[in-house]
Amino acid sequence: MKFFISIISIVFTGLILLGCTKDAVKDGSSPEGSSGAESYVYNADTAQLKELNLDNTLSAAETLMLTPEFSDPSSPLSKRTIYFEYDSSQVLNEFISVIEAHGQYLMNHPNQSTTLQGHSDERGTREYNIALAEQRAKSVFNMLQLIGVMSNQIEVVSYGEEKPVAQEHNEDSFALNRRVEVVYK
Amino acid sequence: MINKSKNIAVILISLVTLINSQVLKAELTIEITEGIQSAYKIAVVPFATPPGEVLVTDVAGVIAQDLAGSGYFKVLPRDEMLTRPTQPARVKFRNWAAIGQDYLVIGFITKDNNLYHVQMSLFDVYKKEQLKGLRITVEADALNMAAHHLSDAIYQRITGIPGVFTTRIAYVTSIFNEQNQPQYKLQVADYDGANAISIAQSKEPIMSPAWSPNGQQIAYVSFEHKVSEIFIQTLKTGERKSVAKFKGINGSPAWSPDGKQLAITLSKDGNSDIYILTLANLSLRKLTQSWAIDTEAAWSPDGTQILFTSDRGRLPQIYVMPSNGQGSAKRLTFDGNYNARGSFSADGKKIVMVQGVQGKYRIALLDLVTGANTVLTDGSQDESPSFAPNGQAIIYARRKGDNEVLSTVSLDGLTKLDIQSAAGKVREPAWAPRK
Repeated sequence: MKFFISIISIVFTGLILLGCTKDAVKDGSSPEGSSGAESYVYNADTAQLKELNLDNTLSAAETLMLTPEFSDPSSPLSKRTIYFEYDSSQVLNEFISVIEAHGQYLMNHPNQSTTLQGHSDERGTREYNIALAEQRAKSVFNMLQLIGVMSNQIEVVSYGEEKPVAQEHNEDSFALNRRVEVVYK
Repeated sequence: MINKSKNIAVILISLVTLINSQVLKAELTIEITEGIQSAYKIAVVPFATPPGEVLVTDVAGVIAQDLAGSGYFKVLPRDEMLTRPTQPARVKFRNWAAIGQDYLVIGFITKDNNLYHVQMSLFDVYKKEQLKGLRITVEADALNMAAHHLSDAIYQRITGIPGVFTTRIAYVTSIFNEQNQPQYKLQVADYDGANAISIAQSKEPIMSPAWSPNGQQIAYVSFEHKVSEIFIQTLKTGERKSVAKFKGINGSPAWSPDGKQLAITLSKDGNSDIYILTLANLSLRKLTQSWAIDTEAAWSPDGTQILFTSDRGRLPQIYVMPSNGQGSAKRLTFDGNYNARGSFSADGKKIVMVQGVQGKYRIALLDLVTGANTVLTDGSQDESPSFAPNGQAIIYARRKGDNEVLSTVSLDGLTKLDIQSAAGKVREPAWAPRK
């Protein structure tokens, strides 16, 4: 759970330190505690940040824009990855509340836009996976539209199998890679 | 010496090739992963070099590797050679017959200012006659290419099939840099991976390279602007043109045999469909109209048919339809629950594809005449197959441990070669047409 601890402190220190320059914090060596968290925020290129992204959390750019409810683990908005079954673009029941929460947020913030990034696991052919991953993103897009989100608030992009978050070649990794990421700008 | 002068050709490799090869370095090496079944036995004796000179290129070594890699030849190891003649007059056929050789290649290199003359002779050991003599003149840096030309000549004289040793391949590599960011490169190299150059690179994915029929351009997909976009790049000039950047997917470019059109996948109208893009005016014609995924188009050699992958039957399978859109799509694949990325052989009688059976994705060959389905590979994630220009092998990408490498496999599945890269994961090979 150390990621969650870090994340919460990212949000608060991130907001507080809004004006700080990138050079202000350079220490990326301590992954826990507030100073470590700051380094995640400001060293946007480090591997640690990549890991944070993998765990469904905030990138530096997002931190500056989004409110704390996006990082509260009890809020459905803290979940911004929707996972799918093999060769399927059907939204699983467990993710409906997540999509609804984002839909509600987007309706309440009509100036906020988001990108739905579709991804697949590595099995099968690359261009078919591009198409499959787009279908996944469009499934989420359609649900958001049904909820009432304006289509001009949402962009869809498919990366297929080209951007895996998990690098192993096993079922666990495949499951993590079959996903749609809701990316706020 | 039969008809020597008639068989001698002089090939001057252009300066352009030389300049290129100077900046290039070999990033890939070939490794034979499976043995050869039945093959011609051939000895390639080290060529004599100009007095006092050590050449960077071992011409006979390159020829031996080319021939061994083709699957048609078993090359005699040098340490089993009893003699090493370099002049035709010195050849004693019985020496080579005694150790079971069918063919013999000898040669010598002479120097004339900065030019090297490479003289090669091919002999039939049992008929005791010269089958071919060839002289190639190059500068030092093109000795490697000269050797490939000689391999082509030997291969064609013995098998009757044109060789592919002077052809090139394109492929995509992906590595993580020191900042742990991915770097994608589109590379072009000799058929064996030597002399690789990058023609495009990006922090965002590059996909689906496809050679134009004249070998002068490559179409590919780049995400450099965060969304997919299809570019056509001219190799000689580096000039690049964006030909498709519609909303949604821009993917799977496939050149028509006349080079005037690209079949592409777009999703601008809702879901993935195949469109025909006329390059002269960038006009679009929608070819497939289904609610399902339609992608990965490939043209028949005569340009009248288009293969594509569709999941209209729930699972991805390969379909074919007329390229003019007049007629319905017909399903071609029934073996395996996943068939995708098909492409035709040069005679249009076979297709090669990725076939998924019980979670393993392998390269399979479907004979359209007999209906025979042959699985050629035994990996778990083999992909991106395409025919060699002479139709004798298939190049594809496969997982090897945690890495991705390029391999070739013969049409009978018996000869497999790895083309390994020193730099990162290598994928999506595309074999250039013969020049």
